[in-house]
Amino acid sequence: MGLAAAFWIMAVVIVAAALGVVFLRNVFRAALTLVLCFVAVAGLYITLSADFLAAVQILVYVGAISVLIILAIMMTREVPQGSPANRLKLPAFIVAAVVLGIMIYTVTKTAWQVSAEAPLTPTTVPLATKLFSEGGFVLPVEIAAVLLLAAILGAIVIAREK
Amino acid sequence: MVTLNYSIEGLLPMKGLPPDWPGGYWWHWLFFTVVLIAFVLVMVLGAIYIERRGMGRMQSRLGPNRTGPFGLLQAVADAVKVLLKENIVPAKADKIVHWLAPIIAFAPVMMIFAVVPFQDGALLADLNIGILYIVAVSSIATVGVFMAGWGSSNKYSLLGAMRNVAAVVSYEIPLVLSVIGVVLVAGSLSLNDIVLAQDIPFILFQPLGFLLFFAAGCAEINRAPFDLMEADSELVAGFHTEYSGMKFAMFYLVEYAEAIAISAIIATLFLGGWRGPLLPPWLWLIVKIVIVFFVMVWTRATLPRVRIDQLMALAWKFLFPLALINLFITAVQVLVWPDGLPWALIFLNIAVMLVLVILWSKLFRLGWGRLEV
Repeated sequence: MGLAAAFWIMAVVIVAAALGVVFLRNVFRAALTLVLCFVAVAGLYITLSADFLAAVQILVYVGAISVLIILAIMMTREVPQGSPANRLKLPAFIVAAVVLGIMIYTVTKTAWQVSAEAPLTPTTVPLATKLFSEGGFVLPVEIAAVLLLAAILGAIVIAREK
Repeated sequence: MVTLNYSIEGLLPMKGLPPDWPGGYWWHWLFFTVVLIAFVLVMVLGAIYIERRGMGRMQSRLGPNRTGPFGLLQAVADAVKVLLKENIVPAKADKIVHWLAPIIAFAPVMMIFAVVPFQDGALLADLNIGILYIVAVSSIATVGVFMAGWGSSNKYSLLGAMRNVAAVVSYEIPLVLSVIGVVLVAGSLSLNDIVLAQDIPFILFQPLGFLLFFAAGCAEINRAPFDLMEADSELVAGFHTEYSGMKFAMFYLVEYAEAIAISAIIATLFLGGWRGPLLPPWLWLIVKIVIVFFVMVWTRATLPRVRIDQLMALAWKFLFPLALINLFITAVQVLVWPDGLPWALIFLNIAVMLVLVILWSKLFRLGWGRLEV
């Protein structure tokens, strides 16, 4: 009962915030509604007993990614006047509608397998075991980290003044 | 305070209950929420008194001493005064953002106290991801500062907010890395378990981690000498330049509540939290918080404010490498002695800290090379 109520509140907040991101003319306010959306998604993770994931969601998406987005918006001019209009409105709408349709079709038509086991609590130890024990995912994670580092270095080299 | 003690004693049977939150124990939630709000407000009034009178002494003046005995009521008088002041919103401000900013800055600071234990099991929520929760929640406060700086449509507010974000993003790294050292030694992320693991306070096993956490924590919450995001001589008052009345009071409250929060985290992680002889546990925690806060006031009165490039250099060239080395040394020690660190390591760790800090201060020069902002 409590979980269902929490889910529906979060779901309504997520959808409303996501619509706000798309429809608000003021880019700064759009970024703020994106933050609200991320926080509500973290709330959903908590209802799914994924506490570690929820904390990481807040830390990475609210604490780092949103802050970077807002910082980038602050560097741009005349934000309160809204983003400049261009002729790509209609194609963008069509692409978005098609993607939404495909996703709804997939979600409703797939026979999802639901595990009957009780959720793991706490999740931190199993996650660490998956990551660091033998046959764990340390190598892919490290490769991804090195790849990201290379991308950052490349961006700095390209952007640097001669 | 007697009633507080009595009530916490009454809560002790709660230890047997599952630590998951929400557990459906609404009375537990209500009791701790009310107690925590009252605790933070009273501690903030106390912190303002300590800061103003203590800094007065350090600067060879009296400080406010006329309102009430020893000037104790000065903070209360200021609070009443600021609440009665006119609320001014700039004509070109983004009204909703301007109005929401103080609330969004204040809520995360209150949420930090939810996982600080006042006694074994006496806390609002014993999360098994406790310290990660603190790091995550405190990162939301940055958004509030951003909203304040942007919503005011004032260039000084905006500059202050951008400096603040640059500092917070940089200092978060050494802060979290020094916390990981404590987590490795304690073997848990939960603050309650970390306190229970401290038969010897972790400041002795992690002296370098303590110094790094203290410096990075002071920078995170814009305490002097790292308060250049509200440097009066350059930016008027930084991101809250355009705030007045009740909303300014909120930002003032956030500033001191953050200082109390960092002091509480330091007391819990490094100084043994509520543990100590004779006095009741909650009083030990408060005493430790006050001691840490006093050291913060002391550094503020002693050190001059740094420049923005010095601030960045300190984070990336001094604190960050030392935090990595500290993490590595701690990991090796925990691997060698998995059943708890021996006493003798205290002397080794303090010696390592002294050598590293002295070595790095010799190598590290502020203001070398290009000025980069």
